[in-house]
Amino acid sequence: MNVRENCDVVVIGAGHAGCEAALASARLGMKTVIFTVSVDSIALMPCNPNIGGSSKGHLVREIDALGGEMGKNIDKTFIQSKMLNESKGPAVHSLRAQADKQSYTREMRRILENTPGLSIKQAEVSEILLDDGKISGIKTYSGAEYSCKAVILCSGTYLKSRCIYGDVSNPTGPNGLQAANHLSDSLRNLGVELLRFKTGTPARVDGRSIDYSKMEEQFGDKRVVPFSFTTDPESIQKEQVSCWLTYTNEKTHEIIRNNLDRSPLFSGAIEGTGPRYCPSIEDKVVKFADKNRHQLFIEPEGNYTNEMYLGGMSSSLPEDVQYAMIHTVPGLEHAEIVRNAYAIEYDCINPNQLDSSLEFKKISGFFSAGQANGSSGYEEAAAQGIIAGINAARKIKGLEPLILDRSQAYIGVLIDDLVTKENHEPYRMMTSRAEYRLLLRQDNADLRLTEIGYKVGLIDEDRYQHLMDKKKNIDMEVERLNKTCVGGNEKVQSFLEKHNSTLLKSGMTLAELIKRPELDYWKVAEIDENRPEYDYEVCEQVNISIKYEGYIKRQMTQVSHFRKLENKKIPADICCEDVNSLRREAIQKLNLYRPLSIGQASRISGVSPADISVLLIYLEKNN
Amino acid sequence: MKTDTIAAIASGLTHAGIGIIRISGECAIEITDRIFRMKDKKLKDQKSHTVHYGFIYDEEVQLDEVIVVLMRGPKSFTAEDVVEIQCHGGPWIMKRILEAVIKNGARIAEPGEFTKRAFLNGRIDLSQAEAVMSLIQSQNNFAQKASMDQLKGNVSGKIKELREKILYEIAFIEAALDDPEHISLDGYSDKLMDILNPIIEQVAELIRTADNGKMLSEGIKTVILGKPNAGKSSLLNQLVGEDRAIVTDIEGTTRDVLEETIRLNGISLRLIDTAGIRDTDDKIEQIGVEKAKEQAHKADLIIYVVDSSKQLDENDKQIMEILKGKKSLILMNKIDLTANITSDELEKLTDCPVICISAKEGTGISQLEKAIEDMFDVGSIGKEQQITITNVRHKTALMEAEESLLMVRESMEMGMTEDLFTIDLMNAYEALGRIIGESVEDDLVNEIFSKFCMGK
Repeated sequence: MNVRENCDVVVIGAGHAGCEAALASARLGMKTVIFTVSVDSIALMPCNPNIGGSSKGHLVREIDALGGEMGKNIDKTFIQSKMLNESKGPAVHSLRAQADKQSYTREMRRILENTPGLSIKQAEVSEILLDDGKISGIKTYSGAEYSCKAVILCSGTYLKSRCIYGDVSNPTGPNGLQAANHLSDSLRNLGVELLRFKTGTPARVDGRSIDYSKMEEQFGDKRVVPFSFTTDPESIQKEQVSCWLTYTNEKTHEIIRNNLDRSPLFSGAIEGTGPRYCPSIEDKVVKFADKNRHQLFIEPEGNYTNEMYLGGMSSSLPEDVQYAMIHTVPGLEHAEIVRNAYAIEYDCINPNQLDSSLEFKKISGFFSAGQANGSSGYEEAAAQGIIAGINAARKIKGLEPLILDRSQAYIGVLIDDLVTKENHEPYRMMTSRAEYRLLLRQDNADLRLTEIGYKVGLIDEDRYQHLMDKKKNIDMEVERLNKTCVGGNEKVQSFLEKHNSTLLKSGMTLAELIKRPELDYWKVAEIDENRPEYDYEVCEQVNISIKYEGYIKRQMTQVSHFRKLENKKIPADICCEDVNSLRREAIQKLNLYRPLSIGQASRISGVSPADISVLLIYLEKNN
Repeated sequence: MKTDTIAAIASGLTHAGIGIIRISGECAIEITDRIFRMKDKKLKDQKSHTVHYGFIYDEEVQLDEVIVVLMRGPKSFTAEDVVEIQCHGGPWIMKRILEAVIKNGARIAEPGEFTKRAFLNGRIDLSQAEAVMSLIQSQNNFAQKASMDQLKGNVSGKIKELREKILYEIAFIEAALDDPEHISLDGYSDKLMDILNPIIEQVAELIRTADNGKMLSEGIKTVILGKPNAGKSSLLNQLVGEDRAIVTDIEGTTRDVLEETIRLNGISLRLIDTAGIRDTDDKIEQIGVEKAKEQAHKADLIIYVVDSSKQLDENDKQIMEILKGKKSLILMNKIDLTANITSDELEKLTDCPVICISAKEGTGISQLEKAIEDMFDVGSIGKEQQITITNVRHKTALMEAEESLLMVRESMEMGMTEDLFTIDLMNAYEALGRIIGESVEDDLVNEIFSKFCMGK
């Protein structure tokens, strides 16, 4: 007799997408079961030992603002933290923290294990069960059946995965873990289109064998900014470990070039498409042939180990070539390699089969998130995970799905790109993908999203009240600064002189002074006699919203234009064949993607502005 | 997919030598074959761009003897199959043939629908579609030439070139933000300034041509000023060629504002005659004087008519005040009479070119035409490489683009970080895209094509 059980939501996979999905679903009251091939590998970081980074840090903050776990978990387990791009504008500031990998996994597992309504099962899901085109349950390889109302696929890089370097090919998931070899066939049988993608990871070396004196030490920030809006900054100021910067050189490149024919990527042994933006070292040497060196960041894997991660050197070259090239790098001449670099090839779904809610268009109750959707990175995975978890719960409750748009969040950009654009490689989040970057800053993720998280049910009353107070304080302070005038008295003039700022000829508001490039909110405090005392988080928002007021306003105008097209809904029952003058390619694409709005249609590759005009005319006539 | 087939009378619905019924769409040839009979052949078997002789039938009733022109897509006006039936040019017969076409499966085209299809089928862009309309409406050499340039894609080409340059910079900044290891922004601001300044200058230049362009295509709004009975109305009559303004010897007889459009060699003048300017107690005349001043204020060109047989007085001084800062010409009228003032004196007083004419005798008119053409630089129009903007929509978009580009420059001068430049660069890029229809605007296309006439 096979085991038969009931639940509301099944999550397949316990990586970064699976954890957020399962937590969101269970926290929203769904009886949730999360499956993993290894309970010891929950929230595993099989590649880079850090969370965040350019634009990925934004995602983590957004996940946190919605009530997710990733930010809190890294705040508990980081060993170094840094705000990147501080010399640039606030839109591109990004937080990145080095994690202690084992602590990260352990802490996340603890959270999962202690979440009411959530249970963890170690088993390989081999079949998705449907009843009349709707999800009815799943079956494990051992034959157990779980009936449920929604399934969230978070299979990461495990589907029929294969790890490769040189002519060595292991049929395993990352880190030698068991691959999931049966689910792909079940998905195909359901009519799901699968793609074959590739990614990779660099070697790990024994820290004792590294000569750090030949490298530049990379320190963490003196004052650590937490990822989570709920973490008290004071609680996380601690001793940090360093990372190290070194470079490849012509010798390294020569070895790589001489052995390109032995790379499975170039020989054709790997059929999957790799990410352009996270390239292997051999890709970089080929693509940037004129560069005589590339950066390598040597990062600790955690406090529990001597293993160091060779950031920037992912590769699938044969073992002997890896050894030779690593030993050409200053500081790594005598490096002992603990784990070889490898490329991993895996099945993922073509995400154009999903709605913006991350539910399959054709299979009711079936959701998908993370690397299974053809994205890359822990943060991208977690971001999709929380949305899929929320929407699976909302689906069961009969509520409208939560869809964030491109002007609300990087998460919105990420999902919209995945479901509307053609993906030929693992999708990586980047600041350039967000059109309204200045509004989607990492510092204001709570102001953008916490109210939504509250309405969804993942943010508690206290946190919501705190947000409301923060908002009120920001507004009050901005208004006060816009109204407070200072004259050209001696104190003000000497203050301006000190900061090399033009002296006043007549009265000016404090807000106008803050706008000057050489001044800011904190500097102006000296001549702001009645300034109330606020937390740093309020001051920061006041400063940014005044300093960048003009840019923010212009970006908001762009957003209102965007919204206008986004609000022009395309009826679900539209028959594109009936639309006069629509080109054949456009009809095909529109039928494939079924965009919800004119705005979304305009972003589909293969749909031209003229096609959009045709659609607009058609919609107007049929209104 | 089948697009429906549209038809309309493409020539005017008046009595004329020939009339043309145009049919476009997937069934254009099939429909024509149902009503058009030729000797031993069918239109569907004929090559593209051929002319055929035969008869149009409505069922068994013979309607007309016609010539049929066959143009298969995509090499046709709409990029679809197009058939044009040339029939005898009577309104009734054209209507009957159109009815037969409709009965056999076409539908009546909306105004501008043929051009709209050309646009939607990607044969022309938005600015070219607009050029079709302005070409039809052109009233003079200049307008025709400018529209034709626009139709050939000169405006689009220039806009595309500017957009590409802007896009390249946006892409560069974005790439550098994403991959700072390999793409550096060090010293980029200076480089961008060198790239941006010529772009700003070119956009500004296009805007400048728009001012001239609109005037030249729609006609230069020209106000004739002068004291009562200086000969303004005679001049107008001379130019217009018929007695439209009332001309008498009693001062103050023109009490209203008259407007006439005249064509000189290449350009049009929208001539506005006004009441003579003088201090007056007559209420009605006072209103006329006020109107004249108001018109002069709005004019592109002022022609100040001076009666050379009379001394200058207070009223003339009042007029010279109005001339300040406007494009103006002075006409010394009545040179057939004894002169009381010389052209040198006038030129010194007003700093405007002076031309001597006799409106009554019709002398000096050609010098006047020449002076106006010089003043508006008509000679340079239509030269190679010169692009003139004549469309107000284009001008507005250009001005928006210019404003955004100036903001980028301001950001650079203020030392803002590069990631902020892209906001205004993108606005400029989008504004320019609206000109050629590459930026999506929800209500734009319908609005443009609704202004078209039937059959185009």
